[in-house]
Amino acid sequence: MRGAWTICQKELHSYFASPVAYAVMALYALIFGFFFYSATAYFVEASMQSQMMGRSFPMNINEMIIRPVLMNTSVIGLFLIPMITMRLFAEEKRSGTIELLVTSPVSDLAIIVGKWLAAVLLYTTVILVAALSVIFLFAWGQPDVKPVLIGFFGLLLQGAGLIAIGAFISTTTKNQIIAGTAGFVISLLLWVIEWVSQFDTSTTGKVISYLSVVTHLEPFTKGVVDLKDVVFFASLIFLGLFLSARSLESLRWRA
Amino acid sequence: MIKVEGLTKRYARATAVDNISFEVEKGQIVGFLGPNGAGKTTTMRMLTCFMPPSSGKAEVAGFDVVKSPMEVKKRIGYLPETPPLYPEMEVGEYLDFVGKLKGVPAGDLAKRVQEVAERCAVADVRTKLISKLSKGYKQRVGLAQAIIHNPDVLILDEPTSGLDPKQIMETRDLIRSLAGDHTIILSTHILTEVEQTCEQAIIIAKGKVMATDSVSALKNRRAGGSAVLVEVEATNEGQVREKLERISGVSRVVFKPVGTQGIVTFEVEGLSGKNIRPEIARAVVEAGWNLNELRPLGLSLEEVFLQLTSGAKPESAPAEAAPAAEEKESE
Repeated sequence: MRGAWTICQKELHSYFASPVAYAVMALYALIFGFFFYSATAYFVEASMQSQMMGRSFPMNINEMIIRPVLMNTSVIGLFLIPMITMRLFAEEKRSGTIELLVTSPVSDLAIIVGKWLAAVLLYTTVILVAALSVIFLFAWGQPDVKPVLIGFFGLLLQGAGLIAIGAFISTTTKNQIIAGTAGFVISLLLWVIEWVSQFDTSTTGKVISYLSVVTHLEPFTKGVVDLKDVVFFASLIFLGLFLSARSLESLRWRA
Repeated sequence: MIKVEGLTKRYARATAVDNISFEVEKGQIVGFLGPNGAGKTTTMRMLTCFMPPSSGKAEVAGFDVVKSPMEVKKRIGYLPETPPLYPEMEVGEYLDFVGKLKGVPAGDLAKRVQEVAERCAVADVRTKLISKLSKGYKQRVGLAQAIIHNPDVLILDEPTSGLDPKQIMETRDLIRSLAGDHTIILSTHILTEVEQTCEQAIIIAKGKVMATDSVSALKNRRAGGSAVLVEVEATNEGQVREKLERISGVSRVVFKPVGTQGIVTFEVEGLSGKNIRPEIARAVVEAGWNLNELRPLGLSLEEVFLQLTSGAKPESAPAEAAPAAEEKESE
């Protein structure tokens, strides 16, 4: 694994030396902020109404703000993650720097893990910047901390899985636009595939909807860590990295 | 240091490198010479473990490129045709990165970066962005990158392509200065480059080795033949020809029309081993004509190259071209 950290540092440097990191951070914070604002405003409105009616419903910040905001932003991740991953390998293949990496005494796996890790770290930063808004909830309310942390952990896991898939897609082309678009379509598919369960209740339908990232993210947003969901995302990461390794290796005999 | 035996690379539709074998001794500079598409880059990519050979064997510093690629990679510095640079990095950062990647110990890294930056004359741009560098600087950063881990073997793919004449001279000097410490293979399609930088030349065409020669032998081939070009200020072509033919040692006189009134040009071939130039000069002057030019023709480098890579003799080339042109006209 020697070299993975070196490559990770270099990737982070490239992200932050180019507008990519800042653009992704800003856009994500913007949309997260909007979701957060609308959910909070709705919550405030509803609680005022219930007070005026004289009968106060039990209202939960975690249920009514954190959860919908996280579910909404996970969709935004589908758009933004391909922006992060599309250049990972496509750019190196186009500029020829891939030759430097592949002829250096580091394993293919180290190259892939290094790049994947850099993208995951960038995504983490992006989420953290956006999550600053959530701090205001703690200033004026008393939400449970644990479900919030678990929710963000789920968001991160989902991102790490989609990043691995995006990295694989990036190894297959020299063209960043194609890598980005394909990454987006695959991510979207992994999300909407859940709809199958609505019209197909057979075993096939269940299996297909099981593949959806939404199915597995939802428990996290409720503050539930289920092993099967963790295993699902871990498998997604493993699959992505494994396919990337095979694809990078195939460069050699196809080149 | 480098041993290649029956190395072959087949693609789905074509064979890029066909059963080539050669050896390179330690400390030598070898020129890999061939027209574009001859298989130079493919051979180099196999030596650097970028792609595996379809068959055959290649050893670098005693390690097989297929069986122990990691060991080979540690001992090779490689400069691909386009230097593998990251435009968004500073030169110093980039060299640091490559040094770490190539396994230079952390304690030595700063010193090594300083050394190679000075050696390749890029020390003055260490804090500049690579995207802002001129092409010559980029090429030198590429070279610095290749030698950062002090490899036994350096593989340079067309190191001077796209540079201006001054940069070419500088790059060649730099490469020459690296020999001795490193065994160097450089590829090129420019013959003078091989002549100026290399000790040994491997000439390759269509994936096959056409000749392996020391550069001095290559130069001899070039000097072979004792044809001279004579330009005389005279009006009567026949008279001059007659005069030239009468000189002892002259075997053939060919008229070369130049189209300028009052000037006639001949290609005169002498018997081998005889210097006919003084005789020609005397004969022309004695006849009262002005001698404008008298120079040995020899085979040009390009002709040697064409001869070896196409298998056609350079003399026959124009002869073949002429009938072809006539045929076209008659059509």
